[in-house]
Order: sequence, then C-alpha cells, then structure tokens
Amino acid sequence: MTRASQILRRSAALGALLAAAFAAIALVVGISVGIGDLPIPLATTFLAVTNRLGWTAAELNRIHEAVIWDYRLSRALVAAFCGAGLALSGAIMQSLLRNPLAEPYVLGISAGASTGAVSILIFGLGAGVVSLSAGAFAGAFAAFLFVALLSNGTRGGNDRTILAGVAASQLFNATTSYIVTTSGNAQQARDVMFWLLGSFGGVRWPELVLVAAIIGAGLVACLFYARVLDAFAFGDEAAASLGVNVGRTRVALFALTALMTATIVSMVGSIGFVGLVVPHVARFFAGPLHMRLLPACAIGGAIFMVLADIGSRSIVPQQVLPIGVVTALVGVPFFSVILYRFQRAS
Amino acid sequence: MSFKTDNLTWKIGRKTILDGISFEAQPGKMLGLLGPNGSGKTSLLRLLAGLKRPHSGRISLGGTDIGQIGRKALARRVAFVEQHATTTANLRVVDVVRLGRFPHRTMFSGWSPGDEEAVATAIERAGMAEKRNDPWSSLSGGEKQRTHIARALAQAPHELILDEPTNHLDIQHQLGLMRLVSSLSITSIIALHDLNHAAVFCDTLLILQQGKIVASGTPEEVLTERLLRDVFSVEARVEQSPYHARPLVQYLG
Repeated sequence: MTRASQILRRSAALGALLAAAFAAIALVVGISVGIGDLPIPLATTFLAVTNRLGWTAAELNRIHEAVIWDYRLSRALVAAFCGAGLALSGAIMQSLLRNPLAEPYVLGISAGASTGAVSILIFGLGAGVVSLSAGAFAGAFAAFLFVALLSNGTRGGNDRTILAGVAASQLFNATTSYIVTTSGNAQQARDVMFWLLGSFGGVRWPELVLVAAIIGAGLVACLFYARVLDAFAFGDEAAASLGVNVGRTRVALFALTALMTATIVSMVGSIGFVGLVVPHVARFFAGPLHMRLLPACAIGGAIFMVLADIGSRSIVPQQVLPIGVVTALVGVPFFSVILYRFQRAS
Repeated sequence: MSFKTDNLTWKIGRKTILDGISFEAQPGKMLGLLGPNGSGKTSLLRLLAGLKRPHSGRISLGGTDIGQIGRKALARRVAFVEQHATTTANLRVVDVVRLGRFPHRTMFSGWSPGDEEAVATAIERAGMAEKRNDPWSSLSGGEKQRTHIARALAQAPHELILDEPTNHLDIQHQLGLMRLVSSLSITSIIALHDLNHAAVFCDTLLILQQGKIVASGTPEEVLTERLLRDVFSVEARVEQSPYHARPLVQYLG
C-alpha cells in the first residue's frame, strides 16, 4: 500500500469515527432534552434545532419549542462541555502525575475552585459569570499550590499526592461551608449543596458560550501538547532527556486544567469522578497515546456527563438529585477497582 | 570530540556528591564507570545527560559547553537509559521506541519515512523485532531494557549514557546487552557493578570513590588487586583470562 492511500484510508476511518461520536453526543443530548415534567419526543427536539438553523421549516408546538430553546438544550450542551473538560483535565493530570487516581475532584482542585467562586459570590466583587470564573480560577490555583507543596512538588510519590488531595478537599470544602453558613443569607446557605455536589439547574446560553469557548480552546491546547504528554510516560527525567522542557510543560498544563476546572465549577459546582472514570474507559478504547486519547476523553466525557444528568433527573421520580451524587455512584466503585489494581501492580 | 569534563562539582544541600571530576571520553569507545554504592556514578551520568547543572566546573560536548546547547538539540545528540524506568501506560514496544524520535520532530511535523526507518533499525538492532507490537506490561526485565536501548538508538545519538542497564537481568541477558552496547559505533558511557563485565567489554574505565576519580585507564591498568582492596574493600586476585586476554577478577570469599 502506498503512503498516500494509507493516509487517505486513515483519514476516512477518522472521519467516520468522529461522525459516529458526534451522532452519539447528539442522540444523548436529544434524549436529555426530552426528559422532564413536559416530555418532548426526540424528533421534535431535532426538528426544533434544524428549524432554528434554517434547514427545515416544520410546524412544531410553540411551548415545546420554547422549553427546548429556553431551558433544556443549553443545559444539555453545558453538561456535554463540562463532561469533556473534566475528562480532559483528569487525563492530563493522570499523565503528568503518573497517577491513575488523579483528577480535579480527588486532588481537591474542584473544592478550591468552589471556595474561590463562593468568596466572590458572597463577599460580592461583581458576581458576573466571568468574575465568578476568575475567583474559581484563583481558588483552583491555590488548591494546586497546596497539593504541590504538601506532596513535596509531586516527588513524594503517588500516594502522597492523593493524600495531599484529600487534605485539600477537606480544607476547601470546610472553608466553603463556613463562608456560606456564616456570611450568606438563608437562600445562599441552602445553595451550599450546589457548590459541594454540583447542579446543571439554571445554566443558559451565556454559560454555554463561555464554557464552549474555554473547553474548545482547552482541547486544542491539549492536542498541541499530546506528543509531549506521551514523552512523560516514563517520568519527568525521561521526558527531560528526550528534550522536553519539563518545568514549563507542567506549569502550562496545570494552569490549563485549573482554568478548565475553574470555569466548570463556577457554573455548575464541583462534580466528582468524571475526570477519573472517563480517561480509564477512553484508554481502553483509544490506547495510551494522547493524540487519540485526548479527543476520546472529550467525547466520552461529554456523553458520560449528559447521561449522568439524565440519571439525576430520572432515578428518583419527581425529584432532581445533585449531579455529583450520580457521578459518585458510578465513580466510587470505579475508584475502588483502580485503587485495588494499582496497589497490586506496585 | 565527545564529552570532556573539567573540575566538576555537584552537591545535594551541603553534601558534596561529585568533587573535581575531570575526564575525557574517547569518541566511539565504551567508557565504564565503576565504584561502590553512593560513589556518585548516577549523579555524574545525570550531569552528563544535562538533567542537572553542575555547581561548578564545565561539561563540554564536541567543544561546546552543554549549558549552551538547547534541550532538544542535546537530546538529538545524547541518549540516556535510566535505571529501571517503567510506566503504567500500556504502550507497545514500537510506541516506546517512537518516543526516541521526539527531539527530531517539531510540534506539528508529521511522521516521516526517516522517522519510520530510524525506529525500524533501532528495534532490529536491539533484537526486539518479534516483540514490536507487544504491550509494555507483557515484557520481561531484559526485554524492557532492550526496548529502552532501542528507544535511545532511535534518537540517533552520538553519545549513549546507560545507568546500570544490566541490573536485575539474568546472566544471558546481561551478556547480550553488554555485547549489544559494545558493538555500537557510538560513544557510550555506562555505569556498571560487575567488574568482570567491565573488564571484558569496556575500552576504558573510570573508578569513582566518594565523588572523586581515583583511577582511570584501560581495564588492565585500572583493575588491580590493590584498587579492589582500597576502593571496593574486597580481597581478590586479578589474572589475565586465558580466553579473552582481559583481566579476570576472582574474589577470595
């Protein structure tokens, strides 16, 4: 086979895979939009979207259309982008720290971002979406520094990084609860659950625009680093001896994961275990090389989060569970299995 | 010209690990680095690989200070095989060897036929052709070491640095690996524990003790009964082997 035809065949396969992935995302988003007090058929949802895009001109129930556009579609798409971002962050942390249990929630980064966002919200520094994200970013970064210092610059070994993450989670979650219960009003005190367990309630198009921009740019930046991440497979020294600027790469990628995590947490609260579960499943299908693994994580994360959102609205009838409860129901057993296998391997 | 060091010093905190190291590696030859545990072998190799900077003194490569050579440019010239480097990522042998092409590629350059050839040759050279597509976790210790060497060869280096590559290998694989390295036409610097392997395969030897060079030269010049007593604290007789005419160290219990 010539080189050209090989490349052509690979591109065709890649195209087919991507098309299938987007079809799967569209399907779960469509199902998610259909679920609620007012059930909407899948076909109506798709027609409502194609109507808006000007591709079709089908007659639809005006109330259905309004519910789809004003409430449910933006929520489902935000869920998809949040899932993609958390999964990407988890994959990058696992590769950089060479720890299969690393992810933003386990390492306390999400908790730090919550504290940052809550501080902005309650002490009031212009609580727009952007300033909330900035506060969350500062909190996420503080949590990163805390974990890095406590685990001795990640040289303390795998277990210590996770233990430092446990301490960071406890510290920042306690701080969040303290701030909300002592300084917030009654409504804000009830909202503490939101920051600890996450919720997609209330997200609309402005949030979608911001999260899509950050996660989209994040994915491109991650792919830029895909080969560098491969070079970390045998550790920092091995990467350095291959010509990687280890310090600069670490700072850039940790800042990137902090930015993605902070944006997500400032909108939907801290949602755990997505960054843990998805990269492991993605590795199973796409292999360990990051040029394939990272897009697989983004796609898998999007699907997983939308499914979790569907679960949160349908497990208990007439009630919405916090999204973090659903992801934890899947994530904790998964965490246990990885922990068990990891201990045996080392 | 290959590596030349001039009065190198390196410390961890206040403890001096390397003290006044000066030597020159002969191009295309195999230089063995010997010394008891903690004598500074690994530290010296890490300085040579550019992973750490000396506190004082100078390392030059082909006449240029290695501090002046960019990280990637250095990786195109010098390859380093660490002591038991492993991974939990389930890479295939060929994926690991491909990592060796990293310094030769830019962020977006595609995989070239030149890269493919370098990888294929390196895998062949290291005797891993049959295991090319095997996952890392299925490899034996010897195969992992040979995969690392193939990765290093894929870097197309002029200098190859190896840190105790025969550790934990059975005798057949130890000898196979030493034979492989000594058959390469590039300059190699190798830290070793086995004095007889050093005597058979290395062109020159450097003996370290407490961070200082205490002897250097050909195996015949260096491996003396007195040195073994002074540096390694063992009683031994050194004779010329009737088989390969190199020094043969026999330990007296």
